[in-house]
Amino acid sequence: MTGLSIQNLSMRFDLPDGGAVQALQDVSLDLKAGELLSVLGPSGCGKTTLLNIVAGFLAPTGGQMTLNGNTIAGPSADRGMVFQKGALFEWMSVRDNVSFGPRMQGQRESDYLEEVDHLLEVVGLQDFKEKAIYELSGGMQQRVALARCLANHPDVILMDEPLGALDALTREKMQSLVLKLWKETGKTIILITHSVEEALLLGERLVVMAPRPGRIHKEYRLPFADLGVDADLREVKKHPDFGVKREEILSMIWDMEEEIMGRSEDSK
Amino acid sequence: MIPLLIYIAVFVGSFYLVTKLQGAGIRDYTSLKTVTFGDESAVRPNRIAGFVSIATIFLIWGIFTGSGLLPKFLHAPAPFEGVAEFTYTVQAEDGSSDDALVRVVVHPRDQSADSPVVPEGDGFAKNDAAVVAQWRTILIPWDKNDAVTRKDGAKIVAINGQPVTPGDTVNTDFGPVTLSDKGTPNFAPDRGMQMEPLYLPAPETVWVRTVKIFKEGFRNFSIWEHLGFSLYRVILGFVLGAIVGVPLGYAMGLSNWFRGWFDPIVEFMRPVPPLALIPLVIIWAGIGESGKIILLFLAALWIMAIAARSGVSGVNISKVHAAYSLGASKWQIMRHVIIPNSLPEIFTGARVAMGVCWGTVVAAELVAAEQGAGMMIMTASKFQNTDIVIMGIVLIGVIGFGIDMLMRWAERHLVPWKGKS
Repeated sequence: MTGLSIQNLSMRFDLPDGGAVQALQDVSLDLKAGELLSVLGPSGCGKTTLLNIVAGFLAPTGGQMTLNGNTIAGPSADRGMVFQKGALFEWMSVRDNVSFGPRMQGQRESDYLEEVDHLLEVVGLQDFKEKAIYELSGGMQQRVALARCLANHPDVILMDEPLGALDALTREKMQSLVLKLWKETGKTIILITHSVEEALLLGERLVVMAPRPGRIHKEYRLPFADLGVDADLREVKKHPDFGVKREEILSMIWDMEEEIMGRSEDSK
Repeated sequence: MIPLLIYIAVFVGSFYLVTKLQGAGIRDYTSLKTVTFGDESAVRPNRIAGFVSIATIFLIWGIFTGSGLLPKFLHAPAPFEGVAEFTYTVQAEDGSSDDALVRVVVHPRDQSADSPVVPEGDGFAKNDAAVVAQWRTILIPWDKNDAVTRKDGAKIVAINGQPVTPGDTVNTDFGPVTLSDKGTPNFAPDRGMQMEPLYLPAPETVWVRTVKIFKEGFRNFSIWEHLGFSLYRVILGFVLGAIVGVPLGYAMGLSNWFRGWFDPIVEFMRPVPPLALIPLVIIWAGIGESGKIILLFLAALWIMAIAARSGVSGVNISKVHAAYSLGASKWQIMRHVIIPNSLPEIFTGARVAMGVCWGTVVAAELVAAEQGAGMMIMTASKFQNTDIVIMGIVLIGVIGFGIDMLMRWAERHLVPWKGKS
């Protein structure tokens, strides 16, 4: 069976004061190969925890995960991760960052160089190969992070608010780029975001999570990602359904936020 | 007090002068930026101020040492030199009195002078002669050659015509004369306002001595050997400290057991000033070379260990996670992520450690050494060669500054990403 399967995933964090937090409870998801899933939710709903568990950085306290039939245990090159920021290696050039994965697996330079250069061209950084990371803007740095992830040929790409630190204009360009890369490479992608618009635009499927305990609240299947592959994203936003869905999800998240606030006030 | 006033005057005066000459055309917001506290970059050193500052130090140094580099009219009043004279009046027991002259030759300290010839004069009080160096005082044994002495009940009742009793002071043109409790006049030639060369030699004296020491060496070793020995100790001690300290710091940053084991030791040893270890190191290893190396090793060890530890602990966990999901092994992450990520911290530590080592080596050499920069100034001080002491301090400062510059340069070239992530 191809794709990513998550069954009854639970995660409990023990707190130093003796209490415990149920970060995730009975989360189940099935992702076919090549699907793009965006995950939305108020802060504290366990989105990042979910991603870290799928990446293998955290061991869940319950449940199973399989990727293409193999049980997930620990981080591995078949699940690439794109972080919000700060995960690039400043002491390497752009090219060395992108070729990090192949190099660590012992490939010879002649084997990966052509592809690395090709990927840098795809993300529009062909003129910045030898530059240092700190010489690039935030948007360019995220392009490097995308290329670095792709150079490693992961089956699944996990994105933890990859565009969260960018300005609005750069963000829009990067959203198009993510769609383009998704279509060209056919990778399975899980994208975590705080922005409802971004989740709608990019997510072929969309999951809204609810907090305390972290769980899946509602799931959508959306047409906008397919529309956006070849079109201007601003045109997609004018789609009549887009506004409706956005308002629906926004009010859903607002209700959750209010509930959290109310609960914490009660407990005082 | 007066040097301080001159200093402040030059500071304020040059400020107004320079801003008037230079600042007229400048209309930017720098003056506003300087009040944004915390934005250090908004305040840049004024080059002219730096130049004037150095020049002022030499100016004041020259003024109060009577330096030959400055025109004479700028000098502070010099101490009296030449022949001083005053008279005293002796009253014998029977009430009769007589005047006598005292002639004193005042000569520079590094020269000597013959006693001046004075005629005995008339009366029972005879004229006296004396020789004294500048900045010194002399008791005039007035009754040695007189016909009537203190034993006969004679005593001095006036100096330069002014009546005095023991303990009184009379100001003459050449300096004050004090009548001691036993009735002997004590002459202190006018000191002027300049520093005695013993305390502060003139700049050119220091320069001449520096040239001489560079040519002839000091105490059986050339100046290069003295400085070289100090540097050699610092570098050897620092390198040994880094070789042990950096891996120790890495281990402390990566392993709970190492962290727990060494934390108490490192945290205790860090605040102990290396200078406080000198006595113990001398007891254990003697005053030889090994003692100094051990001391500098200890001075560098804790600093480097702490720098490496915080370099490892400070790695952004995202970088490690990213490397894992790119398929790197633990060892590869150590080699390609943890170590390069810690280099900026280690360089900062190295700069601090080199500075501390340089200070410590000089102090250690002050205590006991056959050669070295610290030994040079300590020995010179014992022989009151103040010029060599000042030269040594300047050289030590220059080398310390050079070390720091070199470390900064290396840092810029080896870890260019420092502070830019």
